[in-house]
Amino acid sequence: MSQTFRINEAQKKHLLDSLKKGVRFDGRKLDQHREVSIEYSISKSAEGSARVRIGETEVIAGVKLSIDKPYADSPDEGSLMVDAQLLPLSSPEFELGPPSIEAIELARVVDRGIREAKAIDTKKLCVKEGEKVWIVSIDICTINNAGNLFDASALAAIAALKDARFPEYDGVSIDYKKHSDKKLPLTKIPVAVTVFKAGSTLFIDPSLYEEQVIDARLTVTMMQNGELCALQKGEAKPLSIEEINQMIDLGISKAKELTKHIQK
Amino acid sequence: MGKLNVKENDIVVPGEVLAEGMDYLPSQGTYRLEDNVRAGMLGMVRIEGKVIKLMQLNGRYVPRRYDTIVCPVIDVLMSGWRVNTNSAYEAVLPIRDASSRFIPKGADLTKFFALGDYLVCKISNVTSQKLVDVSMNGPGLQKLEGGRIFEVNPHKVPRIIGKEGSMISMIKYATGCRIVVGQNGLVWINGEPDKEVIAYDAIRRIEREATLPGLTDRIKTDLEKKLKIKIESAQQFHEPQQQESQAQRDDSNKDSHPEEGGSEEEQY
Amino acid sequence: MTATKTHTLKRADLKKSSTEGLIPMTYDKRMDGRKRFEEMRPISAKVGIIPRAHGSAMFQIGKTIAYAAVYGPRELHPKFMQNPKTGILRCNYSMMPFSGSGERVRPGSNRRAKEISMVTENALAPVLDLTEFPNAVVDVFIELPQTDAGSRCAGICAASMALADAGIPMKGLVAAVSAGRVDDKIVIDLDYNEEAYEHGPVADIPIAMLQHTNEISLLQMDGEISKEQLKQALETAKKSMAQIFEVQTAALKEKYNVKAR
Repeated sequence: MSQTFRINEAQKKHLLDSLKKGVRFDGRKLDQHREVSIEYSISKSAEGSARVRIGETEVIAGVKLSIDKPYADSPDEGSLMVDAQLLPLSSPEFELGPPSIEAIELARVVDRGIREAKAIDTKKLCVKEGEKVWIVSIDICTINNAGNLFDASALAAIAALKDARFPEYDGVSIDYKKHSDKKLPLTKIPVAVTVFKAGSTLFIDPSLYEEQVIDARLTVTMMQNGELCALQKGEAKPLSIEEINQMIDLGISKAKELTKHIQK
Repeated sequence: MGKLNVKENDIVVPGEVLAEGMDYLPSQGTYRLEDNVRAGMLGMVRIEGKVIKLMQLNGRYVPRRYDTIVCPVIDVLMSGWRVNTNSAYEAVLPIRDASSRFIPKGADLTKFFALGDYLVCKISNVTSQKLVDVSMNGPGLQKLEGGRIFEVNPHKVPRIIGKEGSMISMIKYATGCRIVVGQNGLVWINGEPDKEVIAYDAIRRIEREATLPGLTDRIKTDLEKKLKIKIESAQQFHEPQQQESQAQRDDSNKDSHPEEGGSEEEQY
Repeated sequence: MTATKTHTLKRADLKKSSTEGLIPMTYDKRMDGRKRFEEMRPISAKVGIIPRAHGSAMFQIGKTIAYAAVYGPRELHPKFMQNPKTGILRCNYSMMPFSGSGERVRPGSNRRAKEISMVTENALAPVLDLTEFPNAVVDVFIELPQTDAGSRCAGICAASMALADAGIPMKGLVAAVSAGRVDDKIVIDLDYNEEAYEHGPVADIPIAMLQHTNEISLLQMDGEISKEQLKQALETAKKSMAQIFEVQTAALKEKYNVKAR
């Protein structure tokens, strides 16, 4: 609808009490995602793209490929870049202008998950060592913010990578109009799930309203083999080691479910 | 002579020709262009004799005098409080209208209403420049403690409240929740967590299906099923109106939906 | 479509040119296979695609897709921009970084986007009546995930529906499409390849029209065109506008004609 109305202390207590009883405002369970859907190739202009919906939250990610000189310290590797835009289109709270710290954190957390998983074999992005490598640019654009942009964005990014095809390159110039059948060298599919703590309750996939009572969150990025490749703790309150372990467990089990959506 | 191109309850888009010829008259939401009456917004057709008007279906709330609204306090001033009306305009609650009790000069106003408190107020005045004053002097106007707030389409509020409050009273009775529905689209619910979910779902459903007939019965059946109770009849929840603002308000809200009422009576 | 005198070649001339290896000077068949020169690419629209917004819509023409979201009327900052007599319309047009036909475009505003934002505002403002919202703003955000020419027109078509969806007082809808000429033919809805046509003169003319008065609220031209061709192009565009209004109307009504679940 529009603005998020600020929760006051009494309302926060009311919500926390309800969460403690395992009841969420929309009737979901604490560990239940809203309906997840992934659409591929939603932008023919991009080399790869995907649209992810989690409930009413909607995010689009697009992949563009270009050729450039490699970094001096990795002359035989291509590189990856992730950028995120919290578009004013998607929420009355987002403004025009340079990226906010929220957008930057979102981009960096998604980036970390993909980079640290070594999801892309960057050596296979090399065209001519020391001279030409492929640069993979992922752009995340939010379309509707109904809560949990982190998970929707991470899923959209990896889905877009999965969708991506190299454009035709003759050694001199790229013909963006022609996509080859060659896919990106994607070796792993990292999937991120953010687990939230409010009061003493742990839960996932918060609505906008629930996001207001968060004490802390932990984004857990997992690869298909069950190993973790990235972690990000957010918000200001600290977490006990036991809580972190619980959150990781919950994150891993939900990541396994989300991975099924990607495999389809 | 005149040709009517639409009938009651038709949904029309801006610019659509509703009637041709000088016989029909434009009114709220419609305008005359040359010899035709055209739609001046997206809306639902209402015909009263020769007058064609449109009922608004979507869009932000616009503050109107005598509306009862739910609003959070966003600022504490020297002379009162500023509140968010869920519109393009904020409102001021002056000290003198805040309470039936006397508030001495220099008192700490946050002891009465603090930042973030949600209040049920009545709009006492709207100027042409859209300066809005609210008041809490009146029955049912007070601070809301705890509970939860969510937003609905303000144009569906009459349907959610129902004829003489019958729809919302039925939901309150069935779920045992306290509920306040503001004309500005803000809804407050307070009750048992699992009952709140049922009340929330019912209200969202009314929002979605507001223009369809038979809605009251569908909601009644749904509540009976979910709560395993029997509701005698929806009509038992009619409550007499306490505010005279019904007569003072714009007619367009009263005669709107097929089954709905225009009462802005808040009960909880 | 009839070609102008200067560019008509008779069949015999054409054949002669081909034998001599010269490039024929007529645009005979549309590059994307469209049968008629006055034909638009397929169009489609959907309303209410962004639930957080007060109004929203999607408009697609060929491969160009535009999303529009309306927020407002709402408080306008900075205060010096406020107008005590009326609310104001503020449009922002932007292409997503992966939506262009070539390399990635860095996000953020650029001069082209700023100009398009302004002409979009001017295209839509004439139908709006914002006198009930003094000091407030109605913000329209247009974003394109995929483009193939005609993006500012698609943006205007989407924005018009989004404004109606937001319940803004509007005298009529606004449609927009590009008209123009490719070589000797007057064409409607040039795609990227036609804009880039190299074998002859091209003119690209984005036009927006108000439904209730048929007045033009956007008119720009890039290229070469004669006065007569321009008049012809404007006339031909009218039919396309009517088709767009039909699709916009249907999309708006579809959102509000609800079925019980």
